[in-house]
Order: sequence, then C-alpha cells, then structure tokens
Amino acid sequence: MIDREQVLHVAKLARLRLTDEEVDRMAGELSGILEHVEHISELDLDDVEPTAHVIELENVLRPDKPRPSWPREDVLGLAPDAADGAFRVPSPQA
Amino acid sequence: MSELLELTAAEAIERIASGELSSDEYWDAYREAASGDELNAYLWHAAEESPVDEGAADRELRGAPIAVKDIFCTNGVVTTAGSRILEHNEPLYDAGAITRLREAGARILGKTNMDEFAMGSSNENSAYGDVLNPWDRSRVPGGSSGGSAAAVAGRLAPWAIGTDTGGSIRQPASLCGIVGMKPTYGAVSRYGMIAFASSLDQCGPLTRDVTDAAILLRAIEGRDHCDSTSVGIEGGVALPSREDLKGLSFGVPRELAGDAEGMESGVRANFERTLALVEELGGEVSETELPHAPHGISAYYVLAPAEASANLARYDGVRFGLRTAADDLTEMYESTRRDGFGAEVKRRIMLGTYSLASGYYDAYYGRAQRVRTKIAEDFDTAFERFDYIVTPTSPTVAFELGERTGDPLAMYMSDYCTVPMPLAGIPAISIPSGLARPDGGGPKLPVGFQIAGPAFSESGMLDVAYALERAIGFDSRPPSNGSAR
Repeated sequence: MIDREQVLHVAKLARLRLTDEEVDRMAGELSGILEHVEHISELDLDDVEPTAHVIELENVLRPDKPRPSWPREDVLGLAPDAADGAFRVPSPQA
Repeated sequence: MSELLELTAAEAIERIASGELSSDEYWDAYREAASGDELNAYLWHAAEESPVDEGAADRELRGAPIAVKDIFCTNGVVTTAGSRILEHNEPLYDAGAITRLREAGARILGKTNMDEFAMGSSNENSAYGDVLNPWDRSRVPGGSSGGSAAAVAGRLAPWAIGTDTGGSIRQPASLCGIVGMKPTYGAVSRYGMIAFASSLDQCGPLTRDVTDAAILLRAIEGRDHCDSTSVGIEGGVALPSREDLKGLSFGVPRELAGDAEGMESGVRANFERTLALVEELGGEVSETELPHAPHGISAYYVLAPAEASANLARYDGVRFGLRTAADDLTEMYESTRRDGFGAEVKRRIMLGTYSLASGYYDAYYGRAQRVRTKIAEDFDTAFERFDYIVTPTSPTVAFELGERTGDPLAMYMSDYCTVPMPLAGIPAISIPSGLARPDGGGPKLPVGFQIAGPAFSESGMLDVAYALERAIGFDSRPPSNGSAR
C-alpha cells in the first residue's frame, strides 16, 4: 500500500533520515497499520462533527503584565551550541 | 526495614503524623530500596546527599517519597522521556504536577523508566533498556509508565505518577498488580509534562491501593494557569469509604468484554468472577454496547501519531537536547533526529506525518476525528443507563519480553480496552482483580479490572473501586524472587 518512494517523501517532510533497511521495513509496517486503520472507512460518518478536543473550553485571559522569564544565559546553557547571546546553527546554504 | 516498604502511603503518612515513624526513616528506607533497583525501573534516584525540602514533613503528605515518570520536567534533574534525544536534558523548571506534589509535602524519590516519549505498551521502547515485571522478570511490566508500575509493585516506591494517553497508566498497573487511574482530561496540569498527544495525555496515580490513589489524585489535581486546558476536579476528591455497591448499575460493553478478540481465557474467567462480586455487593450488572469502541485502536493510531508528529518537531538540535554536527542546517536536523529517536518514535512520526499530508488528511485524520465523536457519543448513551462501565483492563496478562516487538500492530492491540476512554476524555481506573495464567501456560500473573465513569466522576469511581477492592482482597506482594508460579 505504501511504497519506498512514499516513505522517502514522508521522511523528508518529517526531517527523518532513514537507512535503506529502515525504508523497506517502514513501508511494510506502515502498510500493515494503515490496512487496519482502513476499517474506519466502512463507517458512515457523513453527518458527524469531528472532535479535536473533548473538553469544552473557554479562552482563559489574564492581565497582560510583564513578569520575569528565565535568564537568557540559563536557557542558552541548555543549547548544544550558543554564541553572542543566541542559538548557533550551521548555515542553511552550506 | 522491609516492613516499612509494605505499608501503603496512607498508612505511613498516618504513622508519621502520629509521631510513630519519622519522615526521614521512611525516606531512607525507600532511598535504599531504590538504589538496589534490579528491575531497571529507575533512570535516576535520589542520592544520600540529595537536598531535602526541610518543611515537607509538616505538610499533608509528610515528606513521603514518590517516584515520577521521567516525562515530568524536574528542575535541575535530568529528564529524558526515555529518549536518547534528551539524554542530558536538565529542565529549568518543575512540571505543574511536580509543583503540586512538592507543595503537598511529597519528596521526589526518583525518575522512572518509560517507553520513549510514552509510545509503547511494554516499556521495550525505552532508550535506556527494558523494565522487568516484578512478578516474573522474564515478562514486560506494560507501558508506557512501566517503570512507575514496576517500582510501585516491586516495593521500590510507595506510589508513583505516570501519564496515560491510550492506556499508559492503566495497562501497566494491570500487568503489575497495582491500582492505576487516568483522571478526566483537564483534571491535572499538563504543564511541563513532555507532550506526546496533547488532546489525550493526562497525568494520574499508580498506587498499591485505592485509598492511596485518592490521596495522590487529591494532591495533583487542580487548575494551573500554565495549562489552559486544566480545570481541576470541581469539589475536589473525596476519600473513598463505600462498603457496598447497592443502587449502582454497571454496564458491560460486549465489544470490550465477551466479544473482544484476543482476550485470554484466564482474563475472561477472572472478569466474570469479579462481575459476580459486583453483584454480591449489591451492584446491578447488565450487558450493553459501545458499537464504535472496536474502532478505537484505528482512530487512536491516526490521531495520537498525528499529534505526536507535530509535538516532536521541536526536537531539532537547536535549543536543547542532542545535536549531531553537520555542515548544513537541514542535514543537522535530519542527522540529529536519526540519532536521537528510536524505532517506534520514528514509526509514529512517519505515520502521523503521512496521515496529515495533503491528499490523505480527510481519509485518515478527518475520519478518525469523526470516529472519536462517535466513541464519545457511545459512552454518553451508555451513561444514560449505567453509572459505570466495566471491562477487563488488558486483554492479556503480562507477556514475555520480546514477544510482540516484531509486530507493531499486535503491540497496539494491548490497548484495545483502554483506548476508548481517553478518546472520550473520561476517567477510568484499573484495580487488581486476581491472578490468571496466560493462554498457552505460564505462571499466575495479575489481572486488572477497569471501571470507567462520566467526566469528573472520580470520587464516585474511587468509592466503587474501594468497595470492590475490599471484596477482592488481592495480595499485591509479588513473589519474592520475581518468578511467579
């Protein structure tokens, strides 16, 4: 149902790099799971509203008052690479 | 010392309050037990020199130790969510549930092992190794809160918190012979609880008995301004005291009981015996239906991976966690995620990305959301006739390590009876109801009985569970050598 090419396309969308072996295995496994999932196509759901969330919620608002956040150096301390008070990443166009 | 480990948390708290037991002695007994963990239940546990909160012993929970699933952010303590990608992640803050626990006077004993990002039903998807079931160490503890369940059952923690998205508290509780409860969606804060499927994830207790579950739920529930979906439980949580089930009606959905595929004969027989006990206690039991419940697994395995694929997009090697060095930004993203995520997480990201991709969205995600509506409506209809719905928690007792790892779909079916409730947002509790042998032979292992109720019916549900627990009289002590007969 899902072929290698589709797996590679989805992997690209998800920013996952898969080995050749993983691509083959994923094609088989995803096909098997989706085949099971396909059973829901037998249900008549035309007039059914979709549910994204189970609790009826109203927006919660609070006063828009400034308050301290975490110190910048603490947050940058968690990063794999930081420089000049910012997260450092390799160039997008290397 | 070992006698202290047999107390329920409520019993220990009472002894500390009366001055019969010191909070530090209780803490030390568990710190020692945790440091001798042979089940791989803990990823981190408190050391002798770990700082103690001096005021804890004066508050409600009297400094009682608690194990928390490693999905909850803990200030300055490594929080991995069972993933290589967060191997050295030290959060700057406590999760909402952790803050509540500390405020109530609990002390964090350890962080428990889990399936990576809570994706799994056996704890075999942890980047940090399998957790062993204390009843039989050749078997899984269930998942994804497998470390929490094994720690509580194995006397390495008096109680624990976990998270449940499709059964991740109730199923491991069932497989380890303890109590596990998934509260109503919104009862407990999700702030700082590393996200898997945000519309389903909910924090709840894993305990030795129902009273402890009530005490723990009471400590953690409540509105949190950092989680706009948290509402708490109106009126709070009452301590259970009910001794009979007179005047209450219980519906047994044939789809999740008699007609359920793959349900072991021992589990069926135990369920029937438990239903007879419900009747002996004065409860009224009749068959009912949840016609769309059999489609729960299908809907769940579209919706949860879809939400996960979006939630896990944040692990990109930029702001925290692992980075695999590369010359180019896209290559850095892809290499980091290749190295940081395990096989099941990759599978679910792929599944979720596929079902959200243009061209497939309506067929999968859109339809699954409509199935979710139907499942919730089925419960609404059932609760017009019945106070509670009861089912076996897991179709099988604990299976062997490695038994289902080669077949993702077989693993997913472990959640068959637990998945419909989170899809409807309603609460459910699993209590141990006895022992049964697996089909095909093997040792006697714990079986769980699941009670589900309408949204925010936690206090009543705990009362029912309490009455039934007393009638069942389950001995929660696993065989001392971890090899059940």
